[in-house]
Amino acid sequence: MAYGPVEASDAASLFAAKFHEGGAHKLSLGLTEDIPFLKNQERLTFARCGITDPLSLEDYMKLGGFAGLKKALTMTGAAIVAEVSNSGLRGRGGAGFPTGIKWKTVHDVKADQKYVCCNADEGDSGTFADRMVMEGDPFMLIEGMVIAGVAGGATKGFIYIRSEYPDAINTMKDAIRIATAAKWLGQHIQGTEHSFSLEVRRGAGAYICGEETAMLDSLEGKRGMVRPKPPIPALQGLFGKPTIINNVLSFAAVPYILAEGGEAYKNYGMGRSRGTLPFQLAGNIKQGGLVEKAFGITLRQLIEDFGGGTATGKPLRAVQVGGPLGSYIPISQLDMPMDYETFAAASAMVGHGGVVVFDDSVDMAAQARFAMEFCAIESCGKCTPCRIGSTRGVEVIDRIVAGESREKNLLLLDDLCQTMIDGSLCAMGGLTPMPVQSAVRFWPEDFDRPMKVAAE
Amino acid sequence: MSGKHTLLELHSAKPDAASIIAARYDNKPDALLEILHDLQHEVGHVPEASLPVLAKALNISRAEVHGVVTFYHDFRRKPAGRHVVKVCRAEACQSMKGEELAKAIEKSLKVKFGETTADGKVTLEAVYCLGLCSTAPAMLVDERPVGRVSPQKFETLMTELAS
Ligand SMILES: Cc1cc2nc3c(=O)[nH]c(=O)nc-3n(C[C@H](O)[C@H](O)[C@H](O)COP(=O)(O)O)c2cc1C
Ligand code: SF4
Ligand code: FES
Repeated sequence: MAYGPVEASDAASLFAAKFHEGGAHKLSLGLTEDIPFLKNQERLTFARCGITDPLSLEDYMKLGGFAGLKKALTMTGAAIVAEVSNSGLRGRGGAGFPTGIKWKTVHDVKADQKYVCCNADEGDSGTFADRMVMEGDPFMLIEGMVIAGVAGGATKGFIYIRSEYPDAINTMKDAIRIATAAKWLGQHIQGTEHSFSLEVRRGAGAYICGEETAMLDSLEGKRGMVRPKPPIPALQGLFGKPTIINNVLSFAAVPYILAEGGEAYKNYGMGRSRGTLPFQLAGNIKQGGLVEKAFGITLRQLIEDFGGGTATGKPLRAVQVGGPLGSYIPISQLDMPMDYETFAAASAMVGHGGVVVFDDSVDMAAQARFAMEFCAIESCGKCTPCRIGSTRGVEVIDRIVAGESREKNLLLLDDLCQTMIDGSLCAMGGLTPMPVQSAVRFWPEDFDRPMKVAAE
Repeated sequence: MSGKHTLLELHSAKPDAASIIAARYDNKPDALLEILHDLQHEVGHVPEASLPVLAKALNISRAEVHGVVTFYHDFRRKPAGRHVVKVCRAEACQSMKGEELAKAIEKSLKVKFGETTADGKVTLEAVYCLGLCSTAPAMLVDERPVGRVSPQKFETLMTELAS
């Protein structure tokens, strides 16, 4: 039986209703496995999450844990890479780069030391799937990273976790300790010639450190400054050594792929987006949370069928997909399937799968302003268009909503966005125009009501 | 980590806390962020005096240490209040009246973001997403995540906090 949402103040009445025996209560949701929200998902990565005790190796292994790694330990690095390539897995951290190609590059290069780094900075608003993996099924991430180490020939790994996630940090540290004691990490893993050790490093509240090269600088104990590419991190990454960098969800997808075969994973999805994505329903939504589904599901299905519409019950007005650098999507585009290419064609991005819903009380000019403001706060400062342009962007939007030479300033905003797109080294400056320009394009009326904003 | 020291030892050796913590990480320069986190956790902030100590211990320049401390939003140069409240101000929380909540909190505590209340009880800080976006608006009270915060719920949380 499931109950929720439960606040501390509900505890007494839950006990009175004998909830531990499945007693009736106004918060009762019925049998857990019958809840449509959970029943209709396709949980490949999140199969165990919420069912097992996160730190019980026994639970983990009872439900298929380490089956992928066991197989990997009998394979050559090249064969593991081929299996991952065949699965069609693309990086879940945002850019959607084929994971197999990245691993192959690291596998093929010779070096005295190679690294595996997990990007657990999860800075995008509206995303929490990485956190759920780390808090709910930490051994799966460890397993995926060890497989990457065996595949690429790396013996040392780091998990870079944002400091905003104290629980995830503690759970991962405990899991590493337990896995090491059980010889799933450390020297001679399970008696084989493979060795791999793992360390947790905390971020320090800088969004840009989610960008992979800034993360490397941060892991080296420096300011998180974006590095120009080339050289790519697969060839010269952490401490200048070949490094596999992947998002938590990319690593977490790998144990399934090894255990069940790349083909099984590839059977899910559409077009060039293969497998499943743990979508994250957030913001003004009645039933928020994680929905793991094959690519191809539409935004409308996610928001209406799974999410049950807005939390406030008011009409939906805008959806931001893909974090603070993702476009705002209007109702007219809700039937778009979730697929990297379809979204790119619509000047939007799937990103890390975060879906943030807004009802009709949203002021899109304020959202556009925030996008610029966020860029100004979080810019690493290397490129002028990103560092200065974003501050100018805030000012220009302020002038537009104040009704000051609106036409001229809208043109100026467009110019500024173009300069940021063209003159930025990374996606921070390069993609901030996405939410801004989509807001102007689809909700021009919000940039034409000076009184409301002036009163704010 | 090597060489464990108790909190008491750290306090009695306060000027030296930085070098003790650095030693725990074998004085490795790549552990600078970890060292600064520990230092802030144990001393409450990153004191100016510890910067040259760390530079020497890790064998890097003072400018490098200074650059790192100022780059990251987490590191505090001045002592904080007895409790730290971090309110999420990112998009998903905005969609659930997060900005109204933020204003209500500023008003209730009589401080702006980045400031500490007059009685030294609470430091108010902004963060951008806590991964609690499906239970927005969210905040961290000290290290404890709290979701679905309303101005009323915030008042209750504050009364519950030991002064
Ligand atoms: C500003 C910025 C922030 C980013 N934040 C994250 C993040 O929090 N987590 C993440 O995995 N990738 C993030 N990325 C993407 C990474 O640079 C990189 O593409 C990713 O970690 C590669 O792993 P993947 O191939 O498994 O996706 C960010 C990129 C940019 C430009
Ligand atoms: S675009 Fe912005 S964040 Fe990215 S490298 Fe340039 S200044 Fe840094
Ligand atoms: S946006 Fe506030 S917790 Fe994610």
